[in-house]
Amino acid sequence: MATPIGLAAMGGVLSERSGVLNIGLEGMMLTGALAGAMGSHFLGGPWMGTLAALVAGAALGVVLAYLTVTLGANQIVTGVGINLFALGFTTFVERVVLRPAGIEAVPSFAQLAAPGLRAIPLLGPLLTNLTPLVLVAIVIAPILAVFLYRTPWGLALRATGEAPRAVDTAGVSVFLVRYIAVAASGALAGMGGAFLSLGQLNLFSENMTAGRGFIALAAVILGKWNPVGALAAAFLFGAAEALQLFVQSYGLGVPYQIPTMLPYVLALAVLAGFVSRAIPPAAEGIPYQQEEQ
Amino acid sequence: MREGPASPGPSPIEQAIDVLRMEEITKRFGPVLANDRITLAVRAGAVHALLGENGAGKTSLMNILYGLYQPDDGRIWVRGQLVRIRSPRDAIRLGIGMIHQQFTLVPQLTVAENVVLGLRPRRPPFLDLAAAEDAITEISKAYGLDVNPRFRVMGLSLGMQQRVEILKALYRGANLLILDEPTSVLTPAETEALFEVIQSLVADGKSVIFISHKLEEALRISQTITVLRRGRVVATVPTSDATPHELARMMVGRDVVFRIPKTPARAAGPAIEVTDLGAASDQGYPALKGVTFHLFRGEILGIAGVDGNGQTELAEAIAGLRPVSAGQIRLNGHEVTSWPPKARITLGLGFIPADRQRLGLVPDFTVAENLVMKTFAAHPYTRRGFLDRRAITAHARALADRFDIRLHSVQQRVRELSGGNQQKVVLAREVSLTPSVIIAMQPTRGLDVGASEYILRALIAQRDRGAAVLHISTELEEVLSVSDRVAVMFAGELMGIVRPGDVSYEQLGLMMAGALRLNPMAEPA
Amino acid sequence: MTIRTAALRLLPVWAVLFALLLGMFFVLLAGAHPIEAYRDLLRGAFADVFGFATTLVKTTPLLFAGLGVAVALRAGLINIGAEGQIYLGGLAAALVGLYVRGLPPLLHVPLALLAAFVAGGAWALLPALLRLRRGVSEVITTLLMNYIGLYLVGALVSGPLKEPGAPYPFSPPLARSAYLPTIIPTTDAHAGILIALVLAVVTYVVLEHTPIGFRVRMVGANPPAAAYAGINVGQTVTLAMIVSGGLAGLGGASEVMGLKHRLFDAFSPGYGYDAIVVAFLGAGQPLGVAVTAFFFGALRSGANIMQRSQGVPVAVIFAIQGLAVLFLAASLAVRHRIFRWGGRSRQPAAASPVQAAGVTDPE
Repeated sequence: MATPIGLAAMGGVLSERSGVLNIGLEGMMLTGALAGAMGSHFLGGPWMGTLAALVAGAALGVVLAYLTVTLGANQIVTGVGINLFALGFTTFVERVVLRPAGIEAVPSFAQLAAPGLRAIPLLGPLLTNLTPLVLVAIVIAPILAVFLYRTPWGLALRATGEAPRAVDTAGVSVFLVRYIAVAASGALAGMGGAFLSLGQLNLFSENMTAGRGFIALAAVILGKWNPVGALAAAFLFGAAEALQLFVQSYGLGVPYQIPTMLPYVLALAVLAGFVSRAIPPAAEGIPYQQEEQ
Repeated sequence: MREGPASPGPSPIEQAIDVLRMEEITKRFGPVLANDRITLAVRAGAVHALLGENGAGKTSLMNILYGLYQPDDGRIWVRGQLVRIRSPRDAIRLGIGMIHQQFTLVPQLTVAENVVLGLRPRRPPFLDLAAAEDAITEISKAYGLDVNPRFRVMGLSLGMQQRVEILKALYRGANLLILDEPTSVLTPAETEALFEVIQSLVADGKSVIFISHKLEEALRISQTITVLRRGRVVATVPTSDATPHELARMMVGRDVVFRIPKTPARAAGPAIEVTDLGAASDQGYPALKGVTFHLFRGEILGIAGVDGNGQTELAEAIAGLRPVSAGQIRLNGHEVTSWPPKARITLGLGFIPADRQRLGLVPDFTVAENLVMKTFAAHPYTRRGFLDRRAITAHARALADRFDIRLHSVQQRVRELSGGNQQKVVLAREVSLTPSVIIAMQPTRGLDVGASEYILRALIAQRDRGAAVLHISTELEEVLSVSDRVAVMFAGELMGIVRPGDVSYEQLGLMMAGALRLNPMAEPA
Repeated sequence: MTIRTAALRLLPVWAVLFALLLGMFFVLLAGAHPIEAYRDLLRGAFADVFGFATTLVKTTPLLFAGLGVAVALRAGLINIGAEGQIYLGGLAAALVGLYVRGLPPLLHVPLALLAAFVAGGAWALLPALLRLRRGVSEVITTLLMNYIGLYLVGALVSGPLKEPGAPYPFSPPLARSAYLPTIIPTTDAHAGILIALVLAVVTYVVLEHTPIGFRVRMVGANPPAAAYAGINVGQTVTLAMIVSGGLAGLGGASEVMGLKHRLFDAFSPGYGYDAIVVAFLGAGQPLGVAVTAFFFGALRSGANIMQRSQGVPVAVIFAIQGLAVLFLAASLAVRHRIFRWGGRSRQPAAASPVQAAGVTDPE
């Protein structure tokens, strides 16, 4: 539960830090899930599938970047359009290509053997789907954090989301930074999608992301636009899901939706400044245009 | 820019002394000649002041030097080398640093992060912030900048932010610094501190171009002064030979643009009484300081001054669009200091704002809709709860005729009209409400001579009708030809109120530069 | 109106046509004949009474919520929260339908609708206040509140509102007096569509022909100028957001009162998100929204027939809708740039969502 959201949320961090609100994460995840399944089947194995998912997600990212960064189209509307298109397109491909070809199960990641973890009471049975991509997600978070906070490119990325004009005058291309950030965000979301089709299930099914891309947007806020924070927030959403299973299986008389709802309430409270203030990048959502000369 | 081999270069001696030489620089923006064959030489280890009013061509010239604009003609030598500066990158490589009036810092980042932004890392692939911080501290100490590299820019005063900009330039190896109106955002104490920094920079052999409209500062800090007016060099003089009077006259000039016939004012009772008014700018620093004046019915009070000295804030405070931090505003006898804009409009306040597109109009609405922006909810434009399109259209047609607004149809979007016709829409709307008070801010900005004259005549007609007119403009000629009394604003204060004709251009220039206070006309004659 | 401006006004139509054209490519991929597939799509949506009834049923929630999003858009706000507002509206209508007893339909139905409007409006009020008081963008807050609304309804129908012994989480049926009447006998088509159409006309009249609509449009088009003209911008924004949420809430109520007659867990299959697309393609104009909602409803209804007869998956229409939105967004951005260069305005390309959505005023 947590890993796909975490991967997409880290992508969201990159994109939003550069000043582009990526509502299209959901569609990029879904496309990644399909590309993962197809890549695994046709190209040979789950790792090739993951690669295909990365490429597919990044390609949608480039489309979003072209529309919002180059043309300056509205980021929200464009993201909604990408989600709709991805939903239609992936379902279509599943019906027209996968089903007639009789592709039902694709090669996917093996579960990691971790008998120690599984033995933990209560929590153990919830630690299903412990595939290599979980580890990849956990490794990517600190790498992204180091990139963002300890390298000049990360500095340029953060600055672009806050004050693009300052970045421009410092001789760095705002457009280039945003293109790369949005493409990378699509790639990460695509990988999150591949986790669903190659880790949790070993097939693609219609609308299998079921809103996880939107949850990732909430995780970005809860994680305060920090990759490690976003992954941690994704685990919080995962934990809420686990709590839900717990509540259901032990019949505590509380509807499971209550724990599921909590992370959203928390994200709202954080945004409103009631818990601890989270301030989005200042230039988020605003197309950048060079001054007329 | 042409690199003509035949063009006579400076002599070797000149080259040795001059860190920069700009020759015959010409730049046109459409029909406007922003720089007309400007020649400028800056010596190493000296401060060279560039003095002039708004639109004199100072900033265009410096943008050419910094690679932001390309000149149409002329040559530039840096340390004796003929160069071509295509972008700020080229300028930085040549050791030129520019500190713009509007800072280009990222508020959320630290000083050190801002300084190294966009630079190649010294220890790839990582940002070696610790090393950068050490280097910054060192530079900071050397020139008395006193900047802590670990602080976030957001929490710094504007004076400190300016120092970060200077640091940024020095860190990139600048030895010629361009400071564009550097004191406009500073307090007097910060200004003093900046001068000390500038002195330690030149003591170290660096050169500074100091752009300003403030005479006293130019006289204090520079060794050489070049005065620009209307895109041309009026004179370049050693500061030791210059006097404030002479400089003021050179800056302001006296070529009259137009004469508008008008009768003497017949001022009646006060319409606006502003007492000790204070207000903050958008950036949060004090933009109005203890402004006090009375505006009477049947007169035009002009407010002259260089852009950015508090005029916008004054107009917006009176209109109710900007909160007031101190003092009082009375409108037609009512204390309106905390009233919302609507109530002031109802009391008879008309306002022609400087920024038509942002404030005065809704560019995507039709001409007809824009003409009823303030009155759409009242009879006859709303009848029984519904907008009466016919009444709105008829009103628009009548005003378009009366004010000679050129358009295809009153259902045209205002965005599609020319600047002059847009301004007539604003004027028509405000005047059609028969206001008792009109604030007209930069009413002729961007208009051609014909349209300008039309607008100004209309303002005089309003005065003759008995309205009180506050005419705020940075065009001194315009203020002098229209106003019955002229107030001069400088750094958020009124330097005094005078009668045009009673004072010389020199005196006005001195007042606009903050060097003279005169207040013989606090009340109309 | 010159030919050029007429062509520009019809941008949404071009975008849809272009998307339909590309959609033919998908149809071909699916091994069907494009013209025949589209013919069956049309037939399915209109040819018989059941197809037409399905079209109306699918149009209804899209129209309510699309109107809601459009009202916010005209005031310069992007309301992504129609989905949550639909849930709250459905919940409020269900509560009135379940617990208020003994009223005649003529009172019960309006009371339930009113409750739904208030609940949806209240759900939108919080994002409006957060934007005004704390400067938090309504885009994210409304999105978050969608999930809170969804799970709130889920929790209630799994708990206190659950029909005893039901296999899935849903409530007992509402009182008959709270049902919206069926308008085409033996089909699902209910009076919700009539209410929605009336509200489309009312919204159009209010926005274009009353002073309050003028106020809303001015705030959406240029907030500083609206303040300059003496309008209370914060109050106007709040009002528009409440109405926006209220209209979306009515969409939820009509699903519950007209179609399902019970409150179900997850009863909206994303109508609130599609409403954003509907409002955008309808250029923020109530009548444009009505046309777009009807078009989308027809696509959905006809696509099932097309799937059965031609083997083209229903999903094709989502891809077509997505493409239409992308084409329109791109063409509006390009148009805005052309205007900007022509008009020398210094605003960024999409300074306000109204401009971004290409909202235009009819003459």
